[in-house]
Amino acid sequence: MDFPLFHLDFMGNRMLVAVVAIIHVIINHGLAVGFAPLVTVLEFTGYQKSKSDPVKGKAWDEMARKLMFIAFIITTTAGALTGVGIWVAASLANPASLGSLIRVFYFAWFSEWIIFVLEVVFIMIYYLTWKKSNESAKNKRRHILFGAWLSIFSWLTMAIIVGILAFMMDPGSWIEKKSLFTGFLNPIYLPQLIFRTPVAMMMAGTIALMITGYVMNKNNSHKPGIMKYISFWILLWMPVAAAGAFLYYWHIPRTMIGNLPVALGTQQFQDWYGSLLTVTLVVIAIGFIIGITGTFSPKRLPKHLLVIPVLASFIFLGTFERLREFIRKPFVIGEYMYANGILVEEYPLYQQTGLLKHTPYSEFSDITEDNKIAAGEAVFTLACSRCHTTHGISSVVRKFERLYGNAVPLDAEAMKAYVKSMHNVRHYMPPFPGNDAELDALTSYVAEQQKRPKKLEGPQIKGVNVKEINYEPVNSMK
Amino acid sequence: MISAILNQIPVPKDIPLPLPLPEWLLVVILVFSFLMHILFINLMVGGSILTFWYEVKGLKKQEYDRLARHISSTITVNKSLAVVLGVAPLLSINVLYTLYFYSSNALTGYAWLSIVPWVAVSFLIFYLHKYSWDRLASHKPIHLSILGTGIFSFLLIPFIFLTNINLMLFPEKWGEITGFFDALTLPNVFPRYFHFITASMAVTGLFLAWWFGRRKFDADTAFAPISKEWIRKQMLTLALTATGIQFIIGPLLFLTLPSKGVSWGLFWVILGGVTIAVIVMVQLWKLINEPEKQFGRRFYISVILVAGIVSFMGTGRHIYRENALKTHREMMAERTKAHWKAVKQAHENLLLPQVEGKEGSFLPGQNLFQTNCAVCHAATTRLVGPSMAEAAQIYRDNNEALKLWIKNPGRKRMDYPAMTGFPHLSDKQLTEISDYVLQKEWN
Repeated sequence: MDFPLFHLDFMGNRMLVAVVAIIHVIINHGLAVGFAPLVTVLEFTGYQKSKSDPVKGKAWDEMARKLMFIAFIITTTAGALTGVGIWVAASLANPASLGSLIRVFYFAWFSEWIIFVLEVVFIMIYYLTWKKSNESAKNKRRHILFGAWLSIFSWLTMAIIVGILAFMMDPGSWIEKKSLFTGFLNPIYLPQLIFRTPVAMMMAGTIALMITGYVMNKNNSHKPGIMKYISFWILLWMPVAAAGAFLYYWHIPRTMIGNLPVALGTQQFQDWYGSLLTVTLVVIAIGFIIGITGTFSPKRLPKHLLVIPVLASFIFLGTFERLREFIRKPFVIGEYMYANGILVEEYPLYQQTGLLKHTPYSEFSDITEDNKIAAGEAVFTLACSRCHTTHGISSVVRKFERLYGNAVPLDAEAMKAYVKSMHNVRHYMPPFPGNDAELDALTSYVAEQQKRPKKLEGPQIKGVNVKEINYEPVNSMK
Repeated sequence: MISAILNQIPVPKDIPLPLPLPEWLLVVILVFSFLMHILFINLMVGGSILTFWYEVKGLKKQEYDRLARHISSTITVNKSLAVVLGVAPLLSINVLYTLYFYSSNALTGYAWLSIVPWVAVSFLIFYLHKYSWDRLASHKPIHLSILGTGIFSFLLIPFIFLTNINLMLFPEKWGEITGFFDALTLPNVFPRYFHFITASMAVTGLFLAWWFGRRKFDADTAFAPISKEWIRKQMLTLALTATGIQFIIGPLLFLTLPSKGVSWGLFWVILGGVTIAVIVMVQLWKLINEPEKQFGRRFYISVILVAGIVSFMGTGRHIYRENALKTHREMMAERTKAHWKAVKQAHENLLLPQVEGKEGSFLPGQNLFQTNCAVCHAATTRLVGPSMAEAAQIYRDNNEALKLWIKNPGRKRMDYPAMTGFPHLSDKQLTEISDYVLQKEWN
């Protein structure tokens, strides 16, 4: 309503955010939170071994350094930038919601930032002084200590973000308190953290195992020892991860189902919830097999096979990340703002007087026979385009074709009846925010889109039309 | 007529939540953290250009190659600090100028979004350059091309930021802009850009003069036959020259500022900065001509004075922004107020008794039907599901079968989507619905 609305008509704005966020989470969990402690432990073990066998110790140290090199390169480029990228993408996809969230979470993000700065400082010290640290035992011990600090701060950044996520999943506390602290008291906070921590450790193990498999020469006599060590690391975290996953899994329905606005959501939730269980079991089984094989006979691990657990753990994480997306709908901020960026409180006004009158970014105010299709496009942009495209991912035309079949042209009247009360049966959809004339324009636009498909370009390409809004100034003297 | 539409100033409404901190404090955080961020950006850009310069010189004289390599090792550290220190100003500008910043972001959408992969890839290129120094020692053209690509990226990325932050100040232009390149050509983007690049060289010169001149650092051995003294002089000269050039670009920037944000306050603040710049230039000149003392008081005073220039200019930048947006912010506040009054009115309207034209049915299932079923089922025509006339025919006198179906349906017709189940409805509700469906005349 109050912003020019960036729009990707093929990929959809939600997919954009999802892609950036998933990449970031994978790098964060796999190459920072879990990786830093694993490398530090490897380095420490190498240091211990060097006391009795300097050659062996050196080989272990060198492998640990190589692992850290890869983590250093990726986290300080793609990792850091996708973190900022979530902001950039999310504020393009839904500026109204990000603009609101930041006012409430400013402190959280600010403290997150301070810890992030420290994390980056530690990772630079840790990696860039590695070679120097091999000069003396004293330097080495101090270096290992930096590894420990890096591990702690990497974990802390995650612990804070999880608090923010937990808060956002709990609609009640936003409305009542508008304070962050409740996020950390949220019943889902600890299960989430207990789940994410071992998963990160495990993921880091699978990635480190794969890298070691490829980087170290087959004939290197130290390779089996290191592979065995990392496999054991995976195996060690496996039961914790499994326990965490189930704890989280048990907590979700208890805390969340009550929040689903329409009980029907429960059923859709159940289907999805079932697939989650399958993914969890498969991933744990794969990790277990690799962990056992690696621990007991590391030489039998074919290196190309090591790609599988890495991919499996990515899928695992991705599935769990979708959970939040699922639970928050139809809101983007629980009970406060719908996914279309419109406040719950503003709905009566828009439904009574229409949406278009209230936005400066559409040339239309009222619907006429002449402007119906063009105004329908404007309504689509305001009410639907945050989640739907015309013909791309989550296409509005295809959604209706799935309901009515594509043998006959879409019927604007039937769609009108549907949109008007769809939120009663499709719990994840917000109610239609405009008035009847706008609904009419919208459905005519959709029907027209089916007949003569036309890409809807965002303001990044076609700019925005601006109009003056008529309103009665409030007399401030009163 | 079209121009009449285009010249409108969009007046959106503000976000109806309070700022998390007093505005002045947020402004202090914004200005300070931005200057910290830009300092490291300066060092990163300036350092990469100098690396290139000395690596090219190193093709003939090997010692320059060593110098270039040493400078390059500062880039990757400075770039990491630049990124993390960029988060705080980003956060602050998001919260202080939400409506302006997000609007200009959307209008330059693709370019703005591209900074994420672009910066990540540029950084990777710099790592590649740094860690391939030995391996590509005998393939210098390739090594230099890698660096060249990285610098090219670094030099283009600021355009995106500047365009965005500039566009944000001119809501009256938003209706005219179609895409990034349009916004790029608004007055002031290019002067700002060159002001920034030149500042990068000045700051980098000063930094490297200190970096190579540190007492602990044995530059004489590291870069022999180049002497520590020579490097120091080079770097200070760079700082002096760049500062001098700012005396041409600076006024150009000031004169091309659209007048709506220029005020006497701004003028005096800028003049304050310029005055210090003159003193800095004198001090730098004296430093260059004082070979003995490496880092005496004069150097540190110069650094403090430069920090002074930067704070004056940073403040000036903020004053301009505030001036430029003042009127628009007032308009926005007024509209926001009116809007929330209208919202309140709309809520009151809801409480008015509803004027219902038709007399409601006496069947209790009707309401349930309207909220749950009417979405997909009409009386005689196909909507999502089959018509009720058809369905009532199938279940005639068979309430229980209909109830069972509603509660847990499946898919009977392949040309229709499967029906959603209603397991949450109570038995009583199901009975009411099925009674309604089977008793009503659907036609």
